[in-house]
Amino acid sequence: MTGTAAHTIPDASVKPMVNIAGVHKFFGDHHVLRGIDMTVAAGEVSVIIGPSGSGKSTLLRCINLLETISAGRIHVHDELIGYREAHGKLHDLSSKQIANQRREIGMVFQRFNLFPHMTALQNVIEAPTQVKHQSKAAAKLKALELLDMVGLSDRADFYPAQLSGGQQQRVAIARALAMEPELMLFDEPTSALDPELVGDVLEVMKDLAKSGMTMIVVTHEIGFAREVGDTLTFMDGGVVVESGNPRDIIANPQHHRTKEFLSRVL
Amino acid sequence: MELINAVPVRHPGRWVGAAFILLFVALAAQSLVTNKNFHWETVGKYLFDVLVLQSIGWTLLLTVTSMALAIVLAIFLAFMRQSENPLFRYISWAWVWFFRGTPVYTQLVFWGLVSVLYPKIIIGVPFGPEWFSFDTETIITALVAAIVGLGLNESAYLAEIFRAGLKSVDNGQMEAAEALGMRKSKVMWRIILPQAMRVIVPPTGNETIGMLKTTSLVLAIPFTLDLTFVTNTIANRTYLPIPLLIVAAVWYLVITSLLMVGQYFIEKHYGKGVDNVTMVPVKATAAAQAAHAGPPTAGNITARDTTEGGTP
Repeated sequence: MTGTAAHTIPDASVKPMVNIAGVHKFFGDHHVLRGIDMTVAAGEVSVIIGPSGSGKSTLLRCINLLETISAGRIHVHDELIGYREAHGKLHDLSSKQIANQRREIGMVFQRFNLFPHMTALQNVIEAPTQVKHQSKAAAKLKALELLDMVGLSDRADFYPAQLSGGQQQRVAIARALAMEPELMLFDEPTSALDPELVGDVLEVMKDLAKSGMTMIVVTHEIGFAREVGDTLTFMDGGVVVESGNPRDIIANPQHHRTKEFLSRVL
Repeated sequence: MELINAVPVRHPGRWVGAAFILLFVALAAQSLVTNKNFHWETVGKYLFDVLVLQSIGWTLLLTVTSMALAIVLAIFLAFMRQSENPLFRYISWAWVWFFRGTPVYTQLVFWGLVSVLYPKIIIGVPFGPEWFSFDTETIITALVAAIVGLGLNESAYLAEIFRAGLKSVDNGQMEAAEALGMRKSKVMWRIILPQAMRVIVPPTGNETIGMLKTTSLVLAIPFTLDLTFVTNTIANRTYLPIPLLIVAAVWYLVITSLLMVGQYFIEKHYGKGVDNVTMVPVKATAAAQAAHAGPPTAGNITARDTTEGGTP
């Protein structure tokens, strides 16, 4: 993780890595997402902020099919997520096809969700050996590299219960990276951490952004958005209220709801 | 520094209680030795009798095979209960309802009589031509009837234990594994079930010890080779029921003790990472050791500034 060059700002002529178009989501009668349009270019760091219940986590979960969308389309790398379109009709993908789509998308959860019965190293090699059928030795080598990258090579043989929250989250990032995804989703990765542990996790994410990883980050860390984000999207009530350059929006929000939210979190 | 050395509160009631209990234990011990009606020489004579030892073998066979059958069925029943297919859920529910809702004795009598109900077992196309047929008696022997009867009944109880175990695993585990691209069946076997086992093992050990003694009901079939039936037969022949009850009780206790030892180790295996977690790694790989001058100790893990302060 030594990439120093600032990643390029999205180029409109290139097809976006993630294309979210007209997405709606209902939970029963509850209309959580009300027509979301959003694009993320390859190498872009897209930060989503908003009050709780604004639908930002739900949107993230729709991208790797932890939730199914009720209307609209999500494409990742030109591939329609969750469905196959044929003869003007959508067909559900099989569980195998869904699993294949998810392999390309890494996800980091608010509550880490490490596998507690496995050591840090076993957590990281689980998917490469079980899903990609890599040899244990090769997966281990790569896993130790990743654990080193997140600063935890000396914690490889520790169980999650033996690690602090910040260390667990960094193992979780290494676990997602072990599948060599082209896109990383972060669902409030620092919200469950003690304040003094947040910095290390953000540092790892910053390094990852510098290396050119495409990232969508739902967070309350405005500082991270300003420093690392290429675009900032403010969501409220299931719609995108405002989107653009993070520094511009934070310094000079156009919409009164954005202003109000920022005044409360800054 | 002066260490506190306070005079403890006296508890005379505890001493009186202990004295009474010791008195009764001594009385019971004395009666065991002096009461001739225990017939200890008969206990000694039959404890290692060939018939008794063989019956222990049969009792163990019934316990192990019926529990194995029950565990396999229970895993399927618990998975079916969580299925998205409603028919699977109903069948699983109905199975538990039926086998838990009727006495095991009744079920064993039924399996003993199944050849009366269905004299022939026919293999062929349903509602179509028949390929083979067998006399039921040759397939469902007393042993098979005993194993099936005990196993099916037990599967209903175990299914609920397994279901509780699966439900005890946090939903985030399924999501994290699926997000890594793992298929649902793989998630179940590699991620969910190993964690659920921590909750499943203690009550399943309980059920296994229960099964050991439930095997004494197989006389309902009738299956006549198990420990209880054999010791009863000897008792009836010799007109000495008490020493043979003691023989049976001793062996049931011995087997139960061995099962408890086995359960301890199984619990330890599935508790790894969660139970009794100490702040030292279980084993250090060469790479981990190389990264760290010495193996991590409690000291450098609890000290937060050394583990969390530095940037990677």
